[in-house]
Amino acid sequence: MKELFILAVVAMIFLVIFQIAKASEYVSVLKGEDKTRKQTNKINGFLLVAFLVFGLIGVYVCNHWFFKKTLFTQGSASVEGMAIDKMLYMTIGVTGVIFIITQILLFCFCFRYQERDGQKATFFAHSTKLELLWTTVPAIFLTILVVFGLINWFKMTGTPPDGAAVVEITGHQFGWEMRYPGKDRILGKKDYKKYNTPSGNTLGVDFDDVNSLDDLHTTEMHLVVNKPVKLVINSQDVIHDVGLNHFRMKMDAVPGIPTTLWFTPQITTADMKVKTGNPNFVYEISCDQLCGKSHFSMRGVIVVEKQEQYDKWIAEQKPEYFTLFPNKAPKDLTDTLGKQLAVLTPTKK
Amino acid sequence: MSSTLTLNEASIGHIAHQDDAHGHGEHHHKETFISKYVFSLDHKTISKQFLVTGIIWAIVGGLFSVLFRLQLGYPNSTFPWLEDLLGHWAQGGKIQPEFYYALVTMHGTILVFFVLTAGLSGTFSNFLIPLQIGARDMASPLLNCMSYWFFFGASIVMMSSLFVQTGPASGGWTIYPPLSALGDASMGSKIGMDLWLISMALFIVSSLLGGLNYITTVLNMRTKGMSMTRMPLTIWAFFFTAVLGVLSFPVLLSGAILLLFDRNLGTSFFLSDIVVAGKILPNEGGSAILFQHLFWFLGHPEVYIILLPAMGISSEVLSVNSRKPIFGYMAMVGSMFAITILAFLVWAHHMFVTGLNPFLGAFFVLLTLLIAIPSAIKVFNWLTTLWKGNIRFTPAMLFAIGFVSLFISGGLTGIFLGNSALDIHLHDTYFVIAHFHIVMGVASMFGMFAGVYHWYPKMFGRYLNNTLGYIHFWLTIVGAYLIFWPMHYEGLAGMPRRYYDFQNWESFKMFGGLNEFISFVSIVVFAAQLLFVLNFFYSIWKGRKVTTMNPWDATTLEWTTPIRPGHGNWTGEIPEVHRWPYDYAKVGKDGKDFIAQNVPIGAEEKTNDEIQAEGLKRKTALA
Repeated sequence: MKELFILAVVAMIFLVIFQIAKASEYVSVLKGEDKTRKQTNKINGFLLVAFLVFGLIGVYVCNHWFFKKTLFTQGSASVEGMAIDKMLYMTIGVTGVIFIITQILLFCFCFRYQERDGQKATFFAHSTKLELLWTTVPAIFLTILVVFGLINWFKMTGTPPDGAAVVEITGHQFGWEMRYPGKDRILGKKDYKKYNTPSGNTLGVDFDDVNSLDDLHTTEMHLVVNKPVKLVINSQDVIHDVGLNHFRMKMDAVPGIPTTLWFTPQITTADMKVKTGNPNFVYEISCDQLCGKSHFSMRGVIVVEKQEQYDKWIAEQKPEYFTLFPNKAPKDLTDTLGKQLAVLTPTKK
Repeated sequence: MSSTLTLNEASIGHIAHQDDAHGHGEHHHKETFISKYVFSLDHKTISKQFLVTGIIWAIVGGLFSVLFRLQLGYPNSTFPWLEDLLGHWAQGGKIQPEFYYALVTMHGTILVFFVLTAGLSGTFSNFLIPLQIGARDMASPLLNCMSYWFFFGASIVMMSSLFVQTGPASGGWTIYPPLSALGDASMGSKIGMDLWLISMALFIVSSLLGGLNYITTVLNMRTKGMSMTRMPLTIWAFFFTAVLGVLSFPVLLSGAILLLFDRNLGTSFFLSDIVVAGKILPNEGGSAILFQHLFWFLGHPEVYIILLPAMGISSEVLSVNSRKPIFGYMAMVGSMFAITILAFLVWAHHMFVTGLNPFLGAFFVLLTLLIAIPSAIKVFNWLTTLWKGNIRFTPAMLFAIGFVSLFISGGLTGIFLGNSALDIHLHDTYFVIAHFHIVMGVASMFGMFAGVYHWYPKMFGRYLNNTLGYIHFWLTIVGAYLIFWPMHYEGLAGMPRRYYDFQNWESFKMFGGLNEFISFVSIVVFAAQLLFVLNFFYSIWKGRKVTTMNPWDATTLEWTTPIRPGHGNWTGEIPEVHRWPYDYAKVGKDGKDFIAQNVPIGAEEKTNDEIQAEGLKRKTALA
């Protein structure tokens, strides 16, 4: 019933507006079309300037309300992201000035040169000087922006520094899984056809490759603060995207074509909780490429911590090989990782 | 030139000639309802067919956005009437995720292709090319008719996909495989996706038939004296649009066909190393990224296919209503040409985060940001056109001014996104949504509205209601900015697009209130568009009648035709053109402030440069 009522009200409003519009048309015919045109012209000229003024106030208010909700007040959580923040501020500066000038000109010209009795338009069709001016000035500003942009682009997409940690992240409908290379610092090979052989091998790791024997399979990503990390990105089904908004990083996960990205986290999760004043703060991995019905809930978690905490966490992880082949696992599971690997060593050739 | 003209007049103009000869031509050509309104060969009727179909699609596409905005704005509410309307897609009064993605996909597809390509370019290229260049019809009226009916076929197929059990395509309007290739990956990738591809194939045929016709007509059928540089900017815009379409749509067709093969014939063009729903697929060696190259090779020019007609229309409307020539005519043509060329060279800026070779990416950054230069030229030329004018704020003029404002706002954010390093952060966030909706979506809609308000009197011999037009304009521009401006901030926070619900995200849940506000405004704006639709259809039959041939005091040829032109457009000879189309702010013999294109140059008439120099001198003297 309520819906019908709302519908009826809306229909009534439409009808009223429509009738007023019809009536105003009759009035305008009676008054003389020329006179009406002049009147509406004045009203609209005024409205255009009002729109400009309230629009610019609105831009200010909007910024006041929402800028603190963007990530830029927190600062970048990665070293590389700081360059992006700087670029962003620079681009906002340049485009902001152009935006304000051109919008003011547009609406003020409209107001100033609205039709008036006795006013005549000036025949002004061409000016090489002016046209050259507004070809070269934007070109100069753009060159500056492009140069800064490309310097950052090549830095970010270039090779990661030596000694960067390596973590593999694999997306599938609808979640993320991580793989750490273990003591040997080499990720074992994968073969998608080995999916689920043995049962539970959800990443399709090839355990015939000795490098995979000490690899760790985790659901959370732990990273060491101030240590560069390279992510090797995979997808098992459709295209996903590793979105790391706090680190200003993003890269697609494409089935069949591994991609990489690297960055240096510089604020620990604990520090970020203090900084943002949000005790629930967590670095999230968001899927940024539409991947199906639960795309919006394809969430991963990154914990950035100090070296000691990281060492403790990694020591608690058990190589996936042992989980999948329990009979090969050392009997004493409380043993340290080092000893576990010692057990493995004879199998390596 | 002249020989073609003779041919043209002989073949298409015979109706008008017979009119002249016998004075009662209409009795000779008894037109049935079918030949006059359905399978019409008259470009004006075909243009109206495109327009009305476009309006119907716009209502559907707009309604879809209202539905998914309900979910985004009010994620915890239920709307039982939705279940009555949509059945299991809105179980319990809540739009289901699968359907949410179907709505998003169809909203994009409908608006980009069916409304802003067919509805905009289809309508105005068809309507204005023959009328403004002085031709009796298109080069091939039959192909023109077929172009519409292929579009109609595409519409039927797409519409039917809304009603299949597994739902329409739901992989986004960009239909990236493997998601769109595998029925197991998504409900919408079952039969709905096949229908989408078939519909798009038909649409591409329609677009090609139309485009080839527009190009041929512009090149071959201009009336005597109508040199290329005497064409109104609208015609230049439609010409470049057609060139873009003809060269880029076939590439999308190839992508669509390969995707159909992957889906149905077991090929592996886009598929490799996939495990879906626990099944290991045999496909190896394909590249999902290849599809993106094929898609964006059309997809990016498509943006300009949408935008250029709006630019052309706005240029024309701004000039007419400023009572001034367009500033920098040749620069306007040149910048449109530059945009056309560059449009083909920037597609990979949609793919900066796909793992694209960074070196290659650098070229795409450079070429992308180059587009800002012709765009800037256009903006400053529009501003200078307004400067020292004598401006009449018709509804069309307001929409053209709104177009410029939106084009500035949305164009500037393109500088953020085209710069690859910044794009890494902003890619696939609400910043992108805000950018392309303002610059391509709303701005082009504004160009379309400007065109409809301006040429409605020529189309139907009646006026649209002005008051409704003003209400429509003000609600729409205020609403559009209220909807899309704050979205930039959501994007700066990295809030991803195409999310059904943000409440479980620590990073994005702070925008709940804003999302609700945006949804509310979008409902109001949608209602304002219905007001326009009401005005449109009511005025066809009941609008105020046009009583003068040239209601806007415009110079171009379409206003030399009778108020309700028949097939063939001019009753007598086609007028000859003697001057460029922007002789405003000049006093003609009749004492008016413009001289129409078909008026011969007077013996003592000064050149444009002389008039300009004199006028500027007088102004400075007065100051």
